[in-house]
Amino acid sequence: MDLSFTPEQEAFRADVRRFIADSMPPSIRAKAEDDAHFEHEEVMEWHRVLYRKGWVAPHWPKEHGGPGLDATERFILQDELEVAGAPMLSPFGLSMVGPLLMQFGTPAQQQRFLPKILSGDEAWCQGYSEPNAGSDLASLRCSAVDDGQGHFVVNGQKTWTTYAQYADWIFCLVRTDASVKKQAGISFVLIDMKSPGVEVKPMLTLGHTTAFCDTFFENVRVPKENLVGPLNGGWTLAKALLGHERTLIAAVGSSRRALLRVKRIAAKTMAHGRPLLDDPAWRARIARMEVALLGLQWTNYRALAGAALGHAPGPESSILKIRGAEILQQIYELAMEVMGQSSLTWYDDAGLVDPLERHVGPSFCYYRATTIYGGSNEIQRNVIAKWILGLPER
Amino acid sequence: MDFQLSQDQKLLAETAASFAQKSSPVSRFRKLRDDPVGWDPAVWRQMGELGWLALPLPEAAGGFGGSFVDVCILLEKLATTLVPEPYLSSVVLAGMTLGHAGTAEQHERWLAPMLEGRSTIALAWAERDARYDPTRVATRAERTGDAWRLSGEKCWVLDGHHASQFVVSAVTDDGLALFVVDRSALGTTVTPTRTIDGRRAAFVRLDGATVADDARLGAPGTAGRLLDRVLDGAAVAACAEGLGICQTVLDMTVGYLKTREQFGVKIGTFQVLQHRAVDMFVQVELARSLTTLAAVKVGGDDDDERRKAVSAAKIQLSSGGSYVVRQAIQLHGGIGVTDEHDVGLYFKRLVALNALFGDEEDHVARFAARPGFSTTVC
Ligand SMILES: Cc1cc2nc3c(=O)[nH]c(=O)nc-3n(C[C@H](O)[C@H](O)[C@H](O)COP(=O)(O)OP(=O)(O)OC[C@H]3O[C@@H](n4cnc5c(N)ncnc54)[C@H](O)[C@@H]3O)c2cc1C
Repeated sequence: MDLSFTPEQEAFRADVRRFIADSMPPSIRAKAEDDAHFEHEEVMEWHRVLYRKGWVAPHWPKEHGGPGLDATERFILQDELEVAGAPMLSPFGLSMVGPLLMQFGTPAQQQRFLPKILSGDEAWCQGYSEPNAGSDLASLRCSAVDDGQGHFVVNGQKTWTTYAQYADWIFCLVRTDASVKKQAGISFVLIDMKSPGVEVKPMLTLGHTTAFCDTFFENVRVPKENLVGPLNGGWTLAKALLGHERTLIAAVGSSRRALLRVKRIAAKTMAHGRPLLDDPAWRARIARMEVALLGLQWTNYRALAGAALGHAPGPESSILKIRGAEILQQIYELAMEVMGQSSLTWYDDAGLVDPLERHVGPSFCYYRATTIYGGSNEIQRNVIAKWILGLPER
Repeated sequence: MDFQLSQDQKLLAETAASFAQKSSPVSRFRKLRDDPVGWDPAVWRQMGELGWLALPLPEAAGGFGGSFVDVCILLEKLATTLVPEPYLSSVVLAGMTLGHAGTAEQHERWLAPMLEGRSTIALAWAERDARYDPTRVATRAERTGDAWRLSGEKCWVLDGHHASQFVVSAVTDDGLALFVVDRSALGTTVTPTRTIDGRRAAFVRLDGATVADDARLGAPGTAGRLLDRVLDGAAVAACAEGLGICQTVLDMTVGYLKTREQFGVKIGTFQVLQHRAVDMFVQVELARSLTTLAAVKVGGDDDDERRKAVSAAKIQLSSGGSYVVRQAIQLHGGIGVTDEHDVGLYFKRLVALNALFGDEEDHVARFAARPGFSTTVC
């Protein structure tokens, strides 16, 4: 057993760090320092920086323009990006529809879409959830009807569509057969957001950012060549996505960065004439948080080592999403407590609090979502109970 | 033991509940979030006419001499729809301070208009490095003949953005003292700021702001003990408000579990969600017990009993209350993290209440530091 990264991996980490230090635009660096919300344009600016370096899609195979990094290198890259507070790239093209097109798309579809996902020339969003189909995704109703003239006609509503207002394309699960078992009548289609009949209504989140939208489709004509995979085979694609790389899902780097922020705030926050960080009770609380994070980090490393040996994701990888989401939330809860009355801060236009603290509140609010999106923690636990522990169903 | 409300208290609860439902539904607060004042002077006057503003103040100060239990009844009900008028800041904080420390003349001058709902007053005690200790004050008050010159900065002055006066704590050569400062006094700079709960506060800079000696409340050196009591009152008021919030989001969540369907069934049929709702309910009931205890003890003369009960209630608000509002969001799923849904408004107000008047860690430390802690239990 050797629980360390190899010298080559350490050297790679140093490369990544140097690259970030050299190439992060000052405006993005300043926002990262403040933990401010990145606007779409800033995310895309950073996307292009990584694209030029060849690191924008670390998990893509070389033939599609990926850099050919192994699982551990990909982890290191992601970890360093998170620790640096770099804008989180939109996952919809790079991590969702891109890999699905590689697996299920026709060569024509791959050629049409993949290069522009990579370059960032086209932005994507994900049209899965509907008002009445959240955890129970398979009950979705948004319908696509073959008009017999080479098009599907799409009608219905998607909701919580993150960044639909900036997207050029949306990949959707739609109902193409209402007469069969619900999973069996779903198809996966790509829709141009500029099509007539698509309407997007952005909504505010708890953190007062416009992250997600209601997306409406009224008689939207979609060329049949935009069907991915077989007709009524969409559920297989949706499930395939879940089987993709899960070793990056825990957001350990983001949590490390957030916990470091907690310590920095605690070092500056005075109570009874000394920094909070020197108060034994507060030190103990921060220490407990760090130990929880350490547990997650090393579970992540185990999953990573398994992946490096080519093993199928083991039980350890199933808990990464649950724990990762919980820990990020808890760190922001702790940050709020450390700030005391300054946790009342809301965007602080007048510059009254330390910049370190300025965006903790909105982030804290927004991160309530980590245990809800991408399969809620309750659903994740159901999955583990059934598939890992083999517990009987009712 | 008798936990029953009196006839008068029942009436107060009913009036307040009906006011909240009919005159100030959550939609009203939602609108006022974007207003630079954030509350409505006409409603404030109405509260004055109803006698609510004078409720807890001593009769000698023009109040009704009601108990803190009354205040808690009122605030719990007003919290159910997040009524934004500055009751906590103007009555419970500044009003009680003035009421207890002021002379008849001072009451007439500053308190009377506030009790009628014609003005509001804000208590400026907090400072950057004070955390929750009202005696750790850097603001100075220098005697200059018949007047005082105040210099320093006060933080997180709740509702200070629109207050007519500030009650300011400052250190004199003879100890900590309190002064009433007009918001328009020369050398006073008020910087408004929005808070996480959609309300407002101010940072107040005093650069040699001058007030006459008749604006001093009580003798220098007496302010520390008074502020300790007043802030405990505010902590209990926060617990009552928090209780109203938690009960409301519990009801909201249970209602949602009974109507929302996924997988062809009401999500309330999932046992894990049932247990979650039950645990929320447990925390609400615990909060009700400890808030009641604190409401009774906070008005008493026994400082140790008071501190013990107030800290216990505030700790419960922080631990149990946080659980309740976080789970309320979680069980609503995606809609819970939209600004559009009301559950988030309650969540944010509870977050703010936890950060005010001593946080959990502060009250745990205080509870454990009580004289009898090592040798006695409960
Ligand atoms: C910030 C954010 C961004 C999002 N972005 C997108 C996006 O871009 N595209 C997209 O398609 N979707 C997106 N979503 C939607 C997300 O995937 C759904 O919110 C999620 O699947 C939950 O569905 P729901 O909101 O309908 O909640 P519901 O499914 O109604 O769940 C309500 C509650 O019931 C619980 N529950 C449901 N079923 C069970 C069960 N069987 N056992 C136990 N508990 C259960 C849930 O855990 C939750 O606590 C986003 C959501 C958020 C919050």
